[in-house]
Amino acid sequence: MKTVEEIKAAIETAVPGAGVEFVSNLSPSAQHSLRLSPESAVAVATFLRDDSELAFDFLSNVSGVDWPDKEIAEKVKVTRQVTKTVDGVEQTVEETVDETRKRTEPGYLEAVYHLYSVEKKHGPLVIRLRTLDRGDKTQLPSLTPVWRAAEFQEREVFDLYGIVFTGHPDLRRILMWPEFKDHPMRKDYVDPDDFEYEPTPHDEVLKRAQAHQAAAQPAATAEEGPASA
Amino acid sequence: MSVADMKLERPAGWNRPPVIEPSGEGELLELAMGPHHPSTHGVFRMDVALDGENVIRLKPVFGYLHRNHEKIAEGASYLASMPYTDRLDYFCSLTNNWAYALAVEKLVGQEVPERAEYIRVILAELTRIQNHAASIGFLIQEMGASGTPLMYAFKEREKILDLFESLTGSRMMCNYMRFGGCRVDVSAPWLDAARKVVAGLSQFVDEFEALLSTNEILMARCQGMGILRPELAVNAGVSGPMLRATGVNYDIRKVDHYGIYDRFQFRVPLGDHGDIYDRYMVRILEMRESIKILEQALPQIPAGPIMDPKAKIRGFRPKPGEAYGRIEAPKGELGFYLISDGGPNPYRYRVRPPSLINLTILEDMCLGHNVADVVLIFGSVDIVLGEVDR
Repeated sequence: MKTVEEIKAAIETAVPGAGVEFVSNLSPSAQHSLRLSPESAVAVATFLRDDSELAFDFLSNVSGVDWPDKEIAEKVKVTRQVTKTVDGVEQTVEETVDETRKRTEPGYLEAVYHLYSVEKKHGPLVIRLRTLDRGDKTQLPSLTPVWRAAEFQEREVFDLYGIVFTGHPDLRRILMWPEFKDHPMRKDYVDPDDFEYEPTPHDEVLKRAQAHQAAAQPAATAEEGPASA
Repeated sequence: MSVADMKLERPAGWNRPPVIEPSGEGELLELAMGPHHPSTHGVFRMDVALDGENVIRLKPVFGYLHRNHEKIAEGASYLASMPYTDRLDYFCSLTNNWAYALAVEKLVGQEVPERAEYIRVILAELTRIQNHAASIGFLIQEMGASGTPLMYAFKEREKILDLFESLTGSRMMCNYMRFGGCRVDVSAPWLDAARKVVAGLSQFVDEFEALLSTNEILMARCQGMGILRPELAVNAGVSGPMLRATGVNYDIRKVDHYGIYDRFQFRVPLGDHGDIYDRYMVRILEMRESIKILEQALPQIPAGPIMDPKAKIRGFRPKPGEAYGRIEAPKGELGFYLISDGGPNPYRYRVRPPSLINLTILEDMCLGHNVADVVLIFGSVDIVLGEVDR
């Protein structure tokens, strides 16, 4: 198999302006990856599948990854002018102070695809796509038209992470039920108090009964005291 | 058919299931098969639209057994997820263990001692045999032969599960592999018992095949039924016996050379037509090949440690990075994708479940058949819902 750098070069010649970025992996597995830009992702994926030398015809795995907003605290040396009284004389002195500045690095969602070739028996090639943010700009192009294997897996990423795959033929929740809000695999997800709660006709009946009892019983409860409450 | 021949002209939407319009002769019937249906192997629903007897649309509905295994694993240490992998595909807990151990070993660059590799191969092949025997038994059960053929399969499966129990302490939830080896060593009496079981296995497969392979009903119900084209199978990520039954020569044991599979002589059985009968036959032949591997591995097993002495057990914190490890599980390609941020828990833990992805093409295979055949086609995929829903 070609190295990831060679594949990157091949993509750049085949799809001009593809905007492919090499992402190195520091673990001993050394499975480096390529980050594609969402605009050209489908074209690059089609090239990877149909090129006779690469022939990545088998999409093995699609996973979502959540990278929440990161607050980074940095120590910065700041020089400022301070007025000080030295030996009874007021002077303006330059002073260097350590200051901690906080900045937030915006988070994003990522879809990671692992490709293999059945024809050439090589792999894996890891490609990644990232969304603009974690809020309402979570659209990514779907690779299901290129590899059918992505159909259920992209539905799962949509369900659990909330990445909206445009061009997916059947984008619905797959593991959670259709009425479910939120995306449980996100790092900031909070469990609801009651998973199973849904309003039932019985609730209305119960409320009416309670209102009825409250109207009928105030005299009785007053006589019996707090024990019956 | 070789994979190179598959580069046919591909019209738009070639990998989508065809849209069948109702004939208009009768009423359209929408039927929910499942979630409580004996043929669904658990809780799984197929929303089927029927035109007369024919299925014209089929949408699988998942999630009844969903417990977000991946989220739970992100909140637990690496080792703490090992027993939980048993519960994915509860028929093949040992191969699940192996896939997870392999992914973590890739993540940290861990070596595995030779004896442990042999034990892993022996256990994985025993798992494959009992899984295939049971899945064929269930397939015949769904054909209407209730009980008897399944019990033939279970009789043999029970002997293998007894071996697992005496080694790991549990019949099905084995929790046996560790990062860099195995949990306990095999004893000489255990190896003798395993040899005895393996010696009886080929006779069992002969008997099983004599009962089934040329059975008229099995042939009539299975041949030409639920055909899957190889180019669609590859494109849809189908793996394992399902893929090989379409004639695509792709076995991860041969392709990835993981473990020590290079040392054993075995062949990869392939199908011709991609129908249910081919899937059945590929599973029978894979059982025979697994017996061959076992017959080679059992006498060769070397002495030595079962855990790498350098393997880190306490304070296990992989360096930041990621790894994807996969093995040829009995049901197909089982992979684990792990991202480490340097902490004691995985930052991201993803299971690539073969059962779920093999169901992608269920609709394509079922369209045009009637409901009784849908049960069979679904059974021939060989899924376990614990892994589909996770």
